[in-house]
Amino acid sequence: MLNIDISKELCGADGKMSLNIACSIKRGEFVAISGKSGSGKTTLLRILAGLEEAKGSIEFANETWLDNKKALSPQKRNIGFVFQDYALFENMTVEENLLFVKNDKKLAQYLLEVTELFTLKHRLPNTLSGGQKQRVALCRAMMNRPKLLFLDEPLSALDPSIRLKLQDKILELHKEFGTTTIMVSHDPSEIYRLASRVLVLEEGKIVDDGTTKEIMMQDSNTLKGELLALNTENIATVLVGQQLIEVALSKEELGELKLGDLISLATHKTL
Amino acid sequence: MLQNLDLTPFILSFKLAGITTLILFLLSLPLAWYLAQTKSKVKPFIEAITALPIVLPPSVLGFYILMVFAEVDLNFTFTGLVIASCFYSLPFMVQPLQGGFESLNKNMIEASYLAGKSQIVTLFRVALPNIKPALLTALIITFAHTVGEFGVILMIGGSIPDETKVASIAIYEMVEIMDYSAAHIYSAIMLLISFVVLFSVYFFNHTQKRIGGIK
Repeated sequence: MLNIDISKELCGADGKMSLNIACSIKRGEFVAISGKSGSGKTTLLRILAGLEEAKGSIEFANETWLDNKKALSPQKRNIGFVFQDYALFENMTVEENLLFVKNDKKLAQYLLEVTELFTLKHRLPNTLSGGQKQRVALCRAMMNRPKLLFLDEPLSALDPSIRLKLQDKILELHKEFGTTTIMVSHDPSEIYRLASRVLVLEEGKIVDDGTTKEIMMQDSNTLKGELLALNTENIATVLVGQQLIEVALSKEELGELKLGDLISLATHKTL
Repeated sequence: MLQNLDLTPFILSFKLAGITTLILFLLSLPLAWYLAQTKSKVKPFIEAITALPIVLPPSVLGFYILMVFAEVDLNFTFTGLVIASCFYSLPFMVQPLQGGFESLNKNMIEASYLAGKSQIVTLFRVALPNIKPALLTALIITFAHTVGEFGVILMIGGSIPDETKVASIAIYEMVEIMDYSAAHIYSAIMLLISFVVLFSVYFFNHTQKRIGGIK
């Protein structure tokens, strides 16, 4: 259980803003933090990691990380953190990046195999593609077997085809290591695929908190979108703008639709 | 002619520069690391003090050092020269190191902290290896600048053979006694060494930028 009750004065895009966040996150949850840029998402993550100061309290698994007396250093929080720009150690090879965190060759080998990086283990980061760097960053974050994993817009710099694959890897590792994961993202399809709960931030406050479906299924009126999921009863989940719509499809309509196809929905007036 | 050439002033110059560079590196490393990381209000103050030797006439620096050394009996000694050179060359060590540290991706340093690594481990295993060009620049320029030192040494070192008579002072004296041929040879040697040193730094930094690939 992660209990957060913090506040911090920030200089946002529109002058001063105060970040006030109070919430609890259960063990094993995958939480997405969404909201416009400048709403305080990344700052919240950095405060939780101990990289920035704040007032208030943070407790994790009966351990006090922050109260008015002390702040636990980032070194002691045992957090996995994937930065938006990956922040790999440029002077170390892929394998060395992992082993620097913890000299556990078995775990490093396992992670590199799961993420299909094993053949690249002797390469330096600046010779890797964005997707490969992202996977190295993810592996590195898992080397401490963290109980908490933070992802700061982990896939925002990658093209859609790679994203899909990496989302699966993230989910796989989240489940396998039993981590509690918090991800900053404003990509609705990413949030839908990964997160079980969404916190929406606006001007430093939580304005919406609920399951992914609840948050994303709010009223819609746009009609062109991307096919995200199809279940066995031919119910299609379609991403329209920033929202999801579920539609029942007939066999004919289903045709040769594939996930990721762009489709248009038309409404009929029935009297 | 060349056989009679007295090389001791050169050896003395390089010895002085070598020791100065080593001491300054050890002193400047924590200072540059601190300056690159701190958000404290004293930062500009420390930076200004560090940069003073660049703008101060060597005679001013030399004068103050002369006054202090008179108290502790360090004038006209090699040790005195080393201490004075450390003041004189300080900015040439601190500034490139600080610049290098500041140019590092902040997230990379934080990633090391999050991996549980201390400041010191992070400094030596992550920060320093990633600023090799800046590190080399700092070391070489400090060395070269100390070799080229003249004014301060003239004031506090005098010209004692084998003790404080470094190459730059030797050349000055040769010109004074109008021994131009010796001055020519000494000057040419200095010019050549300085050029080679600077060229290797710039060449290394130029190639570093293009290097990548498998380690």
